[in-house]
Amino acid sequence: MSRSCRNLVDLRLDSISHAYGETQVLDGISLDIPSGRIVCVIGPSGCGKSTLLRMVGGLERPDQGSIVQMGAAPAGCLNPLTYIFQDFALLPWRSVAGNVELVLEDHPLTRAERRDIIDDVLRRTGLIEFRDTLPKNLSGGMKQRVAIARALAVKPAVWLMDEPLSALDAQTRELLMDDLVGLWSREAFTALYVTHNLAEAVRLGHQIVVLSRRPGRIREIVEVRTPLEARKTADPQLEAHQRRLWQLIRDEAQAADRELVNG
Amino acid sequence: MAEARVGTAASGEVPFRGGGFRPRPVRYIGLTVFVLAILVMEWGTRAGWISNLTLPRPSDVGLTLWRLAETGLLWDHLLPSLGRFAVGSAMGVTAGIAVGLSIGLFSLARAGLVPVVAAIFPIPKIALLPLFVIWFGIGEGSKYALIALGTFTPTVVATYGAVDNVDRTLIRMGQSFGLSWASIVRKIVLPGAMPGILSGLRVSLAIAIILLTAAEMIGARYGIGAYVLEAGSLYDLERLFAGVTILSVLGVAVNWILSKVETRVLRWRM
Repeated sequence: MSRSCRNLVDLRLDSISHAYGETQVLDGISLDIPSGRIVCVIGPSGCGKSTLLRMVGGLERPDQGSIVQMGAAPAGCLNPLTYIFQDFALLPWRSVAGNVELVLEDHPLTRAERRDIIDDVLRRTGLIEFRDTLPKNLSGGMKQRVAIARALAVKPAVWLMDEPLSALDAQTRELLMDDLVGLWSREAFTALYVTHNLAEAVRLGHQIVVLSRRPGRIREIVEVRTPLEARKTADPQLEAHQRRLWQLIRDEAQAADRELVNG
Repeated sequence: MAEARVGTAASGEVPFRGGGFRPRPVRYIGLTVFVLAILVMEWGTRAGWISNLTLPRPSDVGLTLWRLAETGLLWDHLLPSLGRFAVGSAMGVTAGIAVGLSIGLFSLARAGLVPVVAAIFPIPKIALLPLFVIWFGIGEGSKYALIALGTFTPTVVATYGAVDNVDRTLIRMGQSFGLSWASIVRKIVLPGAMPGILSGLRVSLAIAIILLTAAEMIGARYGIGAYVLEAGSLYDLERLFAGVTILSVLGVAVNWILSKVETRVLRWRM
């Protein structure tokens, strides 16, 4: 890990608090997201991790606190903060290429430039032969690859990933994790990755932020030092991390499970 | 064989109990039902167990239609009707989609217009025809207005319902990629609402045919409605049924065109 950008910060969250009516969902979250690293956020369901992600992307406004994007976005960046959604969010009436093109159409690019970007990202995600396929004919894994291609097309500064693999089956999830590791190794990207899956967190996260039950507070930040490329499924060190994370959130998850919805 | 049966008294092939509850297309049945009904009518009127006062003989209706076409009178009646149908429903549908979209997109429009639309919707529009005659004259204007108003309200309701049903995550996705408001409406909301708008159109256009006939029954010399009214007051059942057949065919044709449009526009759903 000889990346010189290690100590650079891309995004700074400063004491974020938020309530929906009477219910406090987030309480004083302060977090730095370092450049070129994947920061995973885990926590029991309803701890406000998706809310936090929506705030970081500017889709929701926190009651208190601020989110600051630091430094300049990379060259050619069209959308600094870019989401990957759990349910893919592809337009069913557009082909694979059309879905990627959608996010380029509002930018002043020539037709050739646009086509080059589309070809490039489809090639990088292994979708080139599915260019003209409609989303309904693709498997879940392929759909999420289209969403990844769409995100690559705008060259984001920070990826905001909202349970990107949760709608997929276990095998597809493995394949896509390999894809993400591959993409990151070729060109390190910065990501805030929300998940409830501990295996995903220890596989993809450089830092794992553990949130408490509602109202969400940061309980602990775990560093995983094994390089991403070297992480294997049955790595004892990773399993130790995973066990420790589970101990941290087990009781909270149990309590959250027994909580009444909107109680 | 017998021994084997004794040994497996409690066992046996698992009986099939699934299936059904899934409509599947059956070809030619629809046409057969039509033909059978007409044949029964023909037979009944010829044999005498259906009196001439109850139903006309289908072959006579067919002959009337043929003569109508031959003398060119058919076109004298059909063309003005088609024109009124086209102009009136085009006005109503266009305005309806525009108003429905603005209700779907703007909270202010929703708050202001939904109660108005809800109040207009249940009014039998035919009751307003005398009013329209005063406002727009006895000519084409009042007929256009009646058909336009009749198609307007169901189109509005279908359109804003369809806009409400557009997947919000797609809209959030558009926003998260920094798409402009106009792009989101044009590329996400409109295509997403298209299925709902088109199925609303089926209802609207059926209502348009009903209102067309009603409008032509007042103050029109030519038009299918006028033709049917005249036949009815003379108790000329053959001509009455000929007129009704034309209206029915018109309805079927409109429906057919709409399903062609649907398969083209909604190819992504098939």
